Amino acid sequence: MLRLSCPWCGTRDELEFSFGGESHLTRPTLAASDAIWSDYLFNKENPKGIHFERWMHSYGCGRWFNVARDTVTHEIYAVYKMGLPKPDLD
Amino acid sequence: MNGYSFLSVVRQALNGHKGWPVVWRSPEPKKNYDVVIVGAGGHGLATAYYLAKNHFIKNIAVLEKGWLGGGNTGRNTQITRSNYFWPQSAAFFDHSLKLYEHLGQELNFNVMLSQRGMLTLAHSLHELEGMRRWANAIKINDIDAEVLTPIEVKKLVPLIDLNCRFPIRGGFIQHRGGISRHDAVAWGYARAASAYGVDIIQQCEVTAFNISSGRVTGVHTTRGTIGADKISIAVAGHTSELARMADFRVPVTSMALQAMVSEPIKPCLNTVVMSPIIHMYASQSDRGELVFGGGADLYNSYAQRGGIPLLQENIAALLELFPAFSRLRLMRQWAGIVDITPDTSPLMGLTPVQNLYISGGWGTGGYKAIPAGGETMAYTIANDQPHPLIEDFGLERFESGALIDEGAASGVAH
Repeated sequence: MLRLSCPWCGTRDELEFSFGGESHLTRPTLAASDAIWSDYLFNKENPKGIHFERWMHSYGCGRWFNVARDTVTHEIYAVYKMGLPKPDLD
Repeated sequence: MNGYSFLSVVRQALNGHKGWPVVWRSPEPKKNYDVVIVGAGGHGLATAYYLAKNHFIKNIAVLEKGWLGGGNTGRNTQITRSNYFWPQSAAFFDHSLKLYEHLGQELNFNVMLSQRGMLTLAHSLHELEGMRRWANAIKINDIDAEVLTPIEVKKLVPLIDLNCRFPIRGGFIQHRGGISRHDAVAWGYARAASAYGVDIIQQCEVTAFNISSGRVTGVHTTRGTIGADKISIAVAGHTSELARMADFRVPVTSMALQAMVSEPIKPCLNTVVMSPIIHMYASQSDRGELVFGGGADLYNSYAQRGGIPLLQENIAALLELFPAFSRLRLMRQWAGIVDITPDTSPLMGLTPVQNLYISGGWGTGGYKAIPAGGETMAYTIANDQPHPLIEDFGLERFESGALIDEGAASGVAH
């Protein structure tokens, strides 16, 4: 069971949250090529290691936030609000 | 390769079973190969076998970082079926099922295919309507499917509770669907490929590709550098990691898909039962264990364990349909890392790197595709162009928009 710390509500069980996939994606302009749109829409970093991802506290405050989590150990390194840059984890 | 037959079993029995030869060779890696396949799971081994058999390429290595068949090939629930919606998927997966139907003879290795029927349940009238459409599509694709009433479902699966929380309104069955033995498929292909001279090298992890002017020329491994004219990737959950080494991106998310088995009991479930809505599938193995699972843990993971909430959901779903199973003990639980694509169809064919090929994106349903996946990838590698059956499954579809959306059409994670 993952335990996630919602920045507004505190630490809760994974069951209260919905996963929103990779974070820090930048939407291309409308004039961008098919290749750039396809990359934005479908291709994923999907790293074995630290993943910067979005979660939503669906059964709580309903707000989105970012999580830096290891995809092998599931250890959570950082929880930070939407709009903030990737934290430096070194 | 010594053939397995009634006579050889008798002969060995008289010898006290001391004379059975090693099933496949474990050679040291050579400096160069015509084809290197990364990943000795079902798909990698089958590709090597068909390259040797159909295309007469014998100088092949299959590299495996762990042990043969120890990834998703040994972790799936052995379901073998072709009840797909879209014509491209139907043609491909039914070809695979047809190959399975003769695989035991072909490989001289009993893969224990049991076509006991694949039953899909509907829990509402709307879902039943959707299933009628799905079953019709299957039949139009020249594959067998039959819509069943609740009474027919009960007759087929006596232990099922028709009046569970979401009462069963009917379903449909593919009679040719069923299960087979996953380890035997990996071992059978390994043995047959090894007999053709294919080198299967275990505990040999690929750490980088040699690429010069857009063309792959070899791999760096934990057992040295190996040169290759052509390389094919068949690594399931690690597809993104291998693609990253070759400097291209893939539309894949790796997630943990769990499965579990109960203690063995006497035969009581003579079909494969799946419920897309409460998301559970179950069958009984020849050893008597109930093998079951459900949805994947819906977040990125490379941990082959699976989370407790999903485990609980899977078990609750099974017990809702089969209250009698609540007395059983769970023997084992595990997870495989599945590479899920946006349209839940596989990625097969060429890559942006010349002479580098890919077979991935199998998501939660690669096992049933092993024979056809191997055969078509062998053709693709030998001819440097996709086999006609997999033309539409290439990486280009995400740019052209010609997705094959089985996730939406069949409504199940497969």
